[in-house]
Amino acid sequence: CETNILYFFPMTRGNRTLTPEEEEDSQQHHNNTKAFPVLSFNFEHVRKPFEISLWILLALLMKLGFHLIPRVSHIVPESCLLIVVGLLVGGVIKALDSDASDTNSSVPVLNTKLFFLYLLPPIILDAGYFLPIRHFTENLGTILMFAVVGTLWNAFFIGGMMYGVCQIEAAQLGDVDLLSCLLFGSIISAVDPVAVLAVFEEIHINELLYILVFGESLLNDAVTVVLYHLFEEFSHAGTVTITDAFLGVICFFVVSLGGVMIGLIYGIVGAFTSRFTLHSRVIEPLFVFLYSYMAYLSAEVFHLSGIMSLIACGVAMRPYVEANISHKSYTTIKYFMKMWSSVSETLIFIFLGVSTVAGPHVWNWTFVIFTVILCLVSRVLGVVGLTFIINKFRIVKLTKKDQFIVAYGGLRGAIAFSLGFLLTDTHMKTMFLTAIITVIFFTVFVQGMTIRPLVELLAVKKKKETKRSINEEIHTQFLDHLLTGIEDVCGHYGHHHWKDKLNRFNKTYVKKCLISGERSTEPQLISFYNKMELRQAMMLVESGSLAVLPSLTSMQNIQPRDTVKQRVIPSISKRREEEIRKMLRSNLQKTRQRLRSYSRHDLMMDPFEEDLSEVKFRKQRVEMGRRVRLTETHLNVHNSLSFKGMLHCFY
Amino acid sequence: MGTTQTRSENKYDDLVTKTGFSPEQIKNLHKRFQQLSENEETISKEHLHSIPALANNPIKKQIIDAFFDKRNQHQDEVGSFQEIGFEQFLMVLSHFRPPTLKMSEEDKARIRKEKLRFLFNMHDTDNDGTITLAEYRKVVEELLSKSGTMGIEAAKAIADAAMLGVASTNVPHMKPDEFYEGITFEHFEQILKGLEMETRMHIRFMDVNTTTMRCGKSTS
Repeated sequence: CETNILYFFPMTRGNRTLTPEEEEDSQQHHNNTKAFPVLSFNFEHVRKPFEISLWILLALLMKLGFHLIPRVSHIVPESCLLIVVGLLVGGVIKALDSDASDTNSSVPVLNTKLFFLYLLPPIILDAGYFLPIRHFTENLGTILMFAVVGTLWNAFFIGGMMYGVCQIEAAQLGDVDLLSCLLFGSIISAVDPVAVLAVFEEIHINELLYILVFGESLLNDAVTVVLYHLFEEFSHAGTVTITDAFLGVICFFVVSLGGVMIGLIYGIVGAFTSRFTLHSRVIEPLFVFLYSYMAYLSAEVFHLSGIMSLIACGVAMRPYVEANISHKSYTTIKYFMKMWSSVSETLIFIFLGVSTVAGPHVWNWTFVIFTVILCLVSRVLGVVGLTFIINKFRIVKLTKKDQFIVAYGGLRGAIAFSLGFLLTDTHMKTMFLTAIITVIFFTVFVQGMTIRPLVELLAVKKKKETKRSINEEIHTQFLDHLLTGIEDVCGHYGHHHWKDKLNRFNKTYVKKCLISGERSTEPQLISFYNKMELRQAMMLVESGSLAVLPSLTSMQNIQPRDTVKQRVIPSISKRREEEIRKMLRSNLQKTRQRLRSYSRHDLMMDPFEEDLSEVKFRKQRVEMGRRVRLTETHLNVHNSLSFKGMLHCFY
Repeated sequence: MGTTQTRSENKYDDLVTKTGFSPEQIKNLHKRFQQLSENEETISKEHLHSIPALANNPIKKQIIDAFFDKRNQHQDEVGSFQEIGFEQFLMVLSHFRPPTLKMSEEDKARIRKEKLRFLFNMHDTDNDGTITLAEYRKVVEELLSKSGTMGIEAAKAIADAAMLGVASTNVPHMKPDEFYEGITFEHFEQILKGLEMETRMHIRFMDVNTTTMRCGKSTS
């Protein structure tokens, strides 16, 4: 409703025409001198953005509120709390609404378009961009087995058994035919990435299990898309022929591989674009986001798997983009992605709660209970059966504990709900939706809440918290080369051989195209080392004092004493040393001055970074001051190298 | 034919117990050995150098030296062979066997120690029990050897930083005049604790008969 207060001008909203008195009135006002409206109220103008912002704000305030209540947030995962909030909000809106004579429920429901086009992509992009590639590729076979074969098994098992259940006289479900059951099975069978992320992020299990469950939830999108469309078409047509089934299989390959290809194309183009952003650093993050979103939308245009496209885009883009963009852009990308995905996740769960309250429900005890039981049973059977087969091919076998966590982590979420929402409006649709919501609630609440104590109870290995050290990096690379070499000696082309070939192809051709400047030839070890130095310098700045170095060991302790005398390196006189230092310092000042010219679109070198380079310089000087002249010579090389690396990192 | 068959089986039995490979794997590796040695009894370094696929490997020399290193034969000898026979070949390769499912914690620890010992021997070229700064520098240089001139300067800095890391984790409070001799085996185990060598340092050995090089991608 609109309110016009203190508004002297006539308004014709809707089809309301002015009555003659009002017209006369307004005419009179036109002729008189009118007072200027100091304060007016016009809500319609900003209604839509206002509501959206209000929703997001409320959602985030809720999220904030949970962490202020310490006990609750330890026991109950955030997703559960958000759903409860959604239920409450939905209940409030419904209660308010039931007074109005308006028959249309204005409770916002989890609109499918809203979900698939706006809420889901940020979460998937965040997950895909930061996907641990090494673990993912090492376990790709296992993940694919679970995603494809496991989901197919789930869909057919649940669909088939539900049909059997529907045949029972007492259930009054006789009108649910086989194809509808299979359709239902295909909707409910897929493990949901949003729910898995929300729960697994809080329990910090080891990378192997995380990547198995999460990878499965990502890759089963293609299967879900194909099955869903397949059964939907069939349930309209009524019959299935062999050709249709065969076309379905072809469709699966097209959907998944097509999606991946689209993602790769956009990823490579995005990486190529980032090569030229040297002079427009401010818009660099946008390229990453836009190319990824375009990849998702383009895949959705052709009904290909948008999720796989998004993942492929992020994975393809990341190594090259990160070599090209500035450090600030990298931080921006990281934080914006985390921020967007966090907001999306919160909104999704709240909307789930609201939609539960809003939607029409048809509760059929048999149907719902059997759905829940069958979901659990089929998941367990699927995982155990598949692991039995997979373990014959794996070197590092999956233990019973692993299998349990994988089975238990098969959570259903909002994707199932949205797919159910997309169904054509029938009596069965509401029944299906009710069952889907019940399964979602069961998995998120019961499984989500109990998985943390179970993980503790079973003593499942947790995630390694510390970052990799330079030693581990050196030896990992050494080991990679060693294993490739041994494979070559033994004469068979295994996993390492192909990985090595891919790396070499990457280094010789791809990196040269997609990475600008000299970083295209920088070996991985050196970039790792530069990053590590940068991180250490930042830690020093943040801790404030530069005298507090982690340990008192310094170069002096490792430099072999006897060889010191034998070094033939000419010693630099103090004067020359001062010269070098002055040169380095003035270079630094020059760079600072260049950036001082103001422009709204330029990034000023902020005080943090000034301190950083100062501190790094001072740190080096302090270290140098402790040493003998000869060792100083050695360290000057170290100094200029890390300076080069550091300066480069800032640009 | 019967006697030769039992004799070869007995010969393989001996190797099976010593190295832990299955008879099929040993048979396949023997075929490969004969391929490499051009049907002679022993192979020399030149035979291994001539493997084309190894040409691109930055640590090719270290790998080949490891095959001829007496320390890897578990017989408490030092030095290196000029030529090795099939048994020595198998002994070196046995360090890369994959872990089995049913292994006790002690077995796992023992195998991890063996594999780490192999790696340690590859770095400790003068066999003094420690990896000195010079040896470590050489390792990093070799790793970066295929990367041009940028590699050489950086290699020194990286090796120094890495050595500093080892020293500070293992001997945290060193006085300024104390000297860290080099990475001992215990320190080496300590820094690589997070990498789980017993599960990572292995390759897949073929059980099926493969006389020619198959382009099969192994799934994991």
